[in-house]
Amino acid sequence: MPWGEFKDTAAERRLFQRRVTVMLVLVFLLLSVLVARMYQLQIVEHDIYTTLSDKNRVQVQSVPPPRGLVYDRNQVLLAENRPVFSVTVVPERVGDTGAALEQLVSILDISDEDLERFQRRLREPRRPFQEIPLRYDLTEHEIARLAVHRHELPGVEVEAELVRYYPHSELTAHALGFVGRINRDELQRIDPVNYAGTNYIGKSGVERFYEELLHGKVGYQHVETNARGRTLRVLEHENPVPGEDLKLHLDLRLQERAHELLDGRRGAIVAIEPATGGILALASVPGFDANQFVTGISVADYRELSESKDKPLFNRALRGQYPPGSTLKPMLAIAALDSGAVTRDHTIWDPGHFQINSAGRRWRDWKRGGHGWVDLTYAMAQSCDVYFYEAAIEMGVDTMVDYLARFGFGEDATLDVSGALSGILPSPDWKRGTRNEPWYPGDTVNLGIGQGFMLSTPLQLATATALIANRGEWVEPRLLKDIQGDRSADEFLPSETHEPLKLKNPSDWEFIADSMAEVMHGVRGTARAAGRGAPYRMAGKTGTAQVFSLAEDEEYDAEEVRERLRDHALFVGFAPVKKPQIAVAVIVENGGGGSSTAAPVARALFDAWILEFSAAAGSLISKTDSQSEAP
Amino acid sequence: MAPREVFSSTASNPLGRPKGLWSALHLDPILLFLLIALISSGLFVLYSGADRNLDVVKAQGVRFAIAFVVMLVFAQLDPSVFRRWAPWLYILGLAGLVAVLFVGVGAKGAQRWLALPGLPRFQPSELMKLVVPIMAAWYLSRHFLPPRLSRIGVGLAIVLLPMLLIVRQPDLGTSLLVGMAGLFVVFFAGMSWKLIGAFMAMVSVAAPVMWFFGMREYQKQRVLTLLDPQSDPLGAGWNIIQSKTAIGSGGFDGKGWLQGTQSHLEFLPESHTDFIVAVLAEEFGFVGILLLLSVYFLIILRCLFISVTAQDSFSRLVAGALTMTFFIYVFVNVGMVSGLLPVVGVPLPLVSYGGTSTVTLMAAFGILMSIHTHRRMISA
Repeated sequence: MPWGEFKDTAAERRLFQRRVTVMLVLVFLLLSVLVARMYQLQIVEHDIYTTLSDKNRVQVQSVPPPRGLVYDRNQVLLAENRPVFSVTVVPERVGDTGAALEQLVSILDISDEDLERFQRRLREPRRPFQEIPLRYDLTEHEIARLAVHRHELPGVEVEAELVRYYPHSELTAHALGFVGRINRDELQRIDPVNYAGTNYIGKSGVERFYEELLHGKVGYQHVETNARGRTLRVLEHENPVPGEDLKLHLDLRLQERAHELLDGRRGAIVAIEPATGGILALASVPGFDANQFVTGISVADYRELSESKDKPLFNRALRGQYPPGSTLKPMLAIAALDSGAVTRDHTIWDPGHFQINSAGRRWRDWKRGGHGWVDLTYAMAQSCDVYFYEAAIEMGVDTMVDYLARFGFGEDATLDVSGALSGILPSPDWKRGTRNEPWYPGDTVNLGIGQGFMLSTPLQLATATALIANRGEWVEPRLLKDIQGDRSADEFLPSETHEPLKLKNPSDWEFIADSMAEVMHGVRGTARAAGRGAPYRMAGKTGTAQVFSLAEDEEYDAEEVRERLRDHALFVGFAPVKKPQIAVAVIVENGGGGSSTAAPVARALFDAWILEFSAAAGSLISKTDSQSEAP
Repeated sequence: MAPREVFSSTASNPLGRPKGLWSALHLDPILLFLLIALISSGLFVLYSGADRNLDVVKAQGVRFAIAFVVMLVFAQLDPSVFRRWAPWLYILGLAGLVAVLFVGVGAKGAQRWLALPGLPRFQPSELMKLVVPIMAAWYLSRHFLPPRLSRIGVGLAIVLLPMLLIVRQPDLGTSLLVGMAGLFVVFFAGMSWKLIGAFMAMVSVAAPVMWFFGMREYQKQRVLTLLDPQSDPLGAGWNIIQSKTAIGSGGFDGKGWLQGTQSHLEFLPESHTDFIVAVLAEEFGFVGILLLLSVYFLIILRCLFISVTAQDSFSRLVAGALTMTFFIYVFVNVGMVSGLLPVVGVPLPLVSYGGTSTVTLMAAFGILMSIHTHRRMISA
């Protein structure tokens, strides 16, 4: 090498020294930048990052409140909470999700539906390390089998949660409603804070109406978690406030009796305590087991329920809209008396048909030859159509509609019955609005016997009947009796809005009640067979409604068609006549005549309540009531 | 002597030349003391950063033992040995880099390791962090300094060639560090300020070109994430947000040793490797950071002192470049953890858990000690 191994000129050394000086300055400056940065983060912005660090570390976990229980009036449990075990998967911990699922399928009975739902939830956006439920309601046997394989399945957990359980669901599903998993729409509606730990929400009935009361208030615990969300310790906690326990007016025994009475048929019974408006029984038959809806019903089961021609999911008591037929006559009789269209002893000649004018259409009485001379009491007892045709024309549609509306027809008059429909109270305005047709006098005639466009639900019929039982005092139907722990239900019930129906001559109420008693006990009463031998007096009215479209568009064999085209049997009534304890509406779909089919059902229910179940069974019936009034 | 000569007037300075046993071992006691202070306090932080895993600390201790032996060996070699071997080492290194591209092993889409039979697995790119500055120093010190333009060109080419090979692996971070080491040699050799200016201008033009044509998506992502970490708080930005949170929440005097919630609750990623300084900042606060940076500053001061007092140009260039490379490690790592620089995967020298870089670093300190302790008997 020409320059030698060792060279060190002073110039080179000075050059290097200058460069090192520059670098030293650079080093110092850059280190100062680092120190300044650290000063910024650690001193200036210290508070911000402390907050961030705590937010990282401390998680607020919600503790869902236990849902309030529901009792019947005799403290029988109707809705409770039961621990249910489900298997959940945390995909982040599992590793190979496909293999884990395969193994789980071999251990547990997991349907394709479960897998499908799981895959769907897997694709949805979610927090990291949030578990996804795979199957609900594991049996003890399955939990044990899973425990054996636990070590092979990291990220697979068995979780317990309190889930609603209805011990008498077949009887109470329609009255009580049920809860189910919160869906997307409900998610928009609920308070996300209060429902942070809740998976279920009331979907129908009492569960839905009193959702807020039953749910309670969410509790919290501040927990220290690591980055994977695993809880390390609880720092502080605030207990949840459990939901209120509700007591309903419902009497499970009466409810059960109602179901027995309708067993094998399709129909509905609503029984109301007139004094309180409390719904004693609300039966829609056939019923269904709401428990299967709580954790999610399988498609096959749901199809079976929803496609059954008996429509078990259909709440006939609240949503079944039937022509009231002759059961409307007591209300119309009140209207006719009070409006002056008829007097108590107004008498007509019933030739078996009715004409508005001599050349016009004939409306027939149900009795071919007619009833002959008929006064109001007799018209009620025999359900004389012609008498009511005439009264209807005399009153005019506006008067009828006016009175019927005050009986609660055409509206949902209930306080806390979720999902009740309002039927149809037809009027000229209504007809023009919905059908774009004028109101014909014939429509008025039809309305006079509760046919035509008029539709009402069994609950509405029971409500109107209770109003007669109460002699015009409105007590809106309601389910809630009280809140457990001495809190009055009034605090939570919506306010009552109906004015009492005051008649010009209040004794007309007694007159109509007596005419209804005549139906049950009179020698010509249409339901005298049902009223026979009772130790108390009852009031009632039978009805027979022509079938409308419930089954018309479906295919049945001839036998079936005949059965399904039979008239609906209806009955409304209350008992005892003097101090009514119960008012009922009964409908038996395709049951035939109201007197032969529906009236005995009501009688059995009256007996059950007055003689067996009511708080004062038997004793409340005064000697006079039971003896002097008995036929 | 001119005032600038103050660096070299150390013959009689007790801090200057090691004596007695130190001299016999070819070690510089001051540098050695500073390194041991750094390493031992680093092990405490590592214990916390690894979430009280003593095995990690032991494994790192073993690595330091090996690295110390390497340093000791390098310190025994005369600087002229490095100079003589420079071209061969360089060619060997290039061959290794080429081999990596074809038969290398690695993970996450990058091939960095070479597994030759009979040899422990190693990264040729790591080796190049030492070889490139030595090679550049060898080439430039063969003529009088400052070098002519053409020699600077060749010098830059010597640096650029391995850089390009390393980028292909791809390993942008190491490539830039190797480049830095080489560029420091060129700088120390006396590249004129005009040229430096021109070079800077060129880089600033080349950078956008690199951005659009030369960089992989993940590399771009890292830069973008640096600019706005909140944009992807659960993905690439997570690391920076969490490390800034760790540092910031440490405050003035920290949460205390083993008390850092960010690291111990696993929010801080890589808490015992690249992001260990965040653990230190969280648990020992601003005070801890000041102490750490002071130790690094003292080490750099000592090494620059060694560079200035070296006896020949080659030694000076090598010592200066290795020192500055060490500093760049510190700056880039702390800068990246505190969110000033993109996340490029540079460990905190001598503190982060990891084998290869520790050995390389201690080898570099071995070279510095060799330069400092192998003196020719000429007059001061």
